[in-house]
Amino acid sequence: MIPVEYYIVLSAILFAIGVAGVLIRRNALIIFMSIELMLNAANLAVVAFSSVLKTFSGQVFVFFVIAVAAAEVAVGLALIVEIFKAKHSIDVDQMSSLKG
Amino acid sequence: MHLSESVTTGYFFLAPWLVFAPVIGLLINIIFGGRLSEKAIGTVASLASGASFVVSVLLAWSLAAGHGAAVTVPFLEWIHIGDLELDWAFRVDSLSTTMMLVVSGVGTLIHIYAIGYMHEDVRFKHDPGRFRRFFVFLNLFIAMMMILVSGDSYLMLFVGWEGVGLCSFLLIGFWYDMDTLGRPSWANSNAAKKAFVTNRVGDFGFLIAAFLMFWAFGSFQFDEVFEAAHAVAPGVIVAITLFMLIGVAGKSAQIPLYVWLPDAMAGPTPVSALIHAATMVTAGVYLITRSAELYTLVPQAQYTVAMTGAITALFAATIAVGQYDIKKVLAYSTISQLGFMVAAVGMGAFVAGMFHLVTHAFFKALLFLSAGSVILGLERGHHHAEHAHHEKKPIGKSGKSKAESGHDEHEVFDPGDMRNMGGLRKTMPVTFWLYMIGTLALAGIVPFAGFWSKDEILLDASRHYPAVYILLSIAAFFTAFYMGRQIWLVFFGEPRHEAAAHAEESKPIITVPLMVLAALSLLGGALNLPFEGFHQLGHWLEYTLHEVEAFPLNLQVAGVSTLVALFAIFLSWLIYGRNPLKAGQPDPLKKPLGFIFTGMENKWFVDEGYFAVIINPFKKLSYFLADVVDWRFWHDWFHETVIAGTYNWLSNIGLNLYADQKGIDAFANWLGTATQSLSATLRKVQTGFVRSYALSVLLGVVLILGYLIVK
Repeated sequence: MIPVEYYIVLSAILFAIGVAGVLIRRNALIIFMSIELMLNAANLAVVAFSSVLKTFSGQVFVFFVIAVAAAEVAVGLALIVEIFKAKHSIDVDQMSSLKG
Repeated sequence: MHLSESVTTGYFFLAPWLVFAPVIGLLINIIFGGRLSEKAIGTVASLASGASFVVSVLLAWSLAAGHGAAVTVPFLEWIHIGDLELDWAFRVDSLSTTMMLVVSGVGTLIHIYAIGYMHEDVRFKHDPGRFRRFFVFLNLFIAMMMILVSGDSYLMLFVGWEGVGLCSFLLIGFWYDMDTLGRPSWANSNAAKKAFVTNRVGDFGFLIAAFLMFWAFGSFQFDEVFEAAHAVAPGVIVAITLFMLIGVAGKSAQIPLYVWLPDAMAGPTPVSALIHAATMVTAGVYLITRSAELYTLVPQAQYTVAMTGAITALFAATIAVGQYDIKKVLAYSTISQLGFMVAAVGMGAFVAGMFHLVTHAFFKALLFLSAGSVILGLERGHHHAEHAHHEKKPIGKSGKSKAESGHDEHEVFDPGDMRNMGGLRKTMPVTFWLYMIGTLALAGIVPFAGFWSKDEILLDASRHYPAVYILLSIAAFFTAFYMGRQIWLVFFGEPRHEAAAHAEESKPIITVPLMVLAALSLLGGALNLPFEGFHQLGHWLEYTLHEVEAFPLNLQVAGVSTLVALFAIFLSWLIYGRNPLKAGQPDPLKKPLGFIFTGMENKWFVDEGYFAVIINPFKKLSYFLADVVDWRFWHDWFHETVIAGTYNWLSNIGLNLYADQKGIDAFANWLGTATQSLSATLRKVQTGFVRSYALSVLLGVVLILGYLIVK
């Protein structure tokens, strides 16, 4: 039986990698993938706690997160396609028309 | 009062139709008149007036059947304030029915005459559309006159009094925008204004009298006033009666307010006959007769009234001698005859005054309408002569006469000027004979109506008031003289103008009503012959006036007045008849009388005197008030400088400079600047880089989590 701390540490590492990806990369697709990474890091932590506490509510919660993430991906990818059509680029630094 | 027992019998319930009949007539003409022919309009108006006459006859008949007991027919609640109750009620007694019969009877004849007269008149003035308006006004006048004579209180009488004043104004100014009878249009409208304003002066007197009455007696109602009058100090009655005399002087054209009546001749001739001779101007005489019980209480007031009338009678008669306008002569004659009536009622001879009022209504209406016929005849002649001119060149004789007399027909032709007439007895025989009857009646020749009524006045005067008798006898002399002069000038001699030579007789619709009036002028004396058993009018009025003296014929008085009249006519023949006036020749009296005739010719300069004494100072005062006081002092100085200036200064210093500019403005401006600079600072945060936003989110999360963990 792998102790729960391992899962938590892995989850934290994955989350940190996701954050770093979002902050560092300029490619919108990579940022997207990093966000997915953060979501799944959170999922891993939730199911880990769920198995330790012997309840199903955590696992149900994860299902919801996955479903919402899928919807988010659909919307996000559609946005990226449209942005690419308009700007011929998916570099987020160039999307600065809201600069004050 | 008498209402309860008598209203049920007889035709008294019809009394309101005295007023409604003409009102319905005028409403029909106002609403449908545009689609009706002239004949239909005239017929409607005449029928309306005729209906009033029928009602008057029925009322008189019912009254006679009830032995003359006065009847009050309540009609409408008008004003009820506290104890004050002013109602519109009709008073039917022998006095009011006499007036009703005269007003509606003569009025109807004049309506019929006017159908023919106005038909031509509106065409000579090139405005046929005005035909309907004339009859609407005429019907309105009948309605108002009926309110005047049938009211049972001084207030209803005043309503009618003002109403007929309005109609008089409207009808004098009927041609307010047209040149008529050689007068410019502004003279017509000025004449209307003059009549209105002069009557206002009189109405002021009437109003004061009415207020005094209400103050002293607490009522306007005739019976209540008369009952209460005996218990009041005579000084109050004197004040009431004398103020009333001012009203009478205004309406009945007595000295000093008579000046409007001659100018009122600017109206169409039927108006002059109906309003300014037969009916409206006699309202003052009616008022005094109606107030007989007040006047008989105060002999001083009676004497004032009698002298006013007598002096007016003489004064106006002298002016009539010097006039050239056919209607002006009749106008001054009317003033003079009204003076006779006022003198009569002033002396307490109410029956004689009313008798003269009735006969005068007949013969003066006849004279005016005949004068209208003469004027129309001349207009027709002028029309023909002009047409003849256009076809062939003017002949030498007429050209010469025109140059001499200064009457250039292409500039102004005055068909009312007697100097343009002459010889009309051949071209207008019917009118001539009718005019003769009217003249003889007015001059007071036996057996015409005027003789009997004038003689009764003179007889009363000779008994009690010798001064009045002498004044009136001299006035009677002038009356016969100026009427003789008029006859010789108009109908005898040779035509002095082409228009007179070509004059044409009028149509039957004009002459037939004149014949009726002529018959009345001839036989009207039968109303009150001075013989035992013949004082019908006296007995009739006795129901209302209570104490009536009836004198038998006094041959001395009658003989003197007849001789005076005949002598005056003979004198006028000597001067005007024997050697007829030639075209362009001045009046033969001008030389021998000198400045006296100039005075007569110019109305003794009374109008000029009024201008110098009252109107011009009044105008100057008005200019002073308007220009100096109102405009320069009040507007320019007080309003502009003092009030507006102070206000502007105060608001500039106190409100504008400090409160507004330094307070509110400054704060609002600071708010704007502060917001701008704040936003300029904050704008720098908005880099537009998504990743920097993400970083700030991360930092925020770390901060919050750090806080939660450390806590």
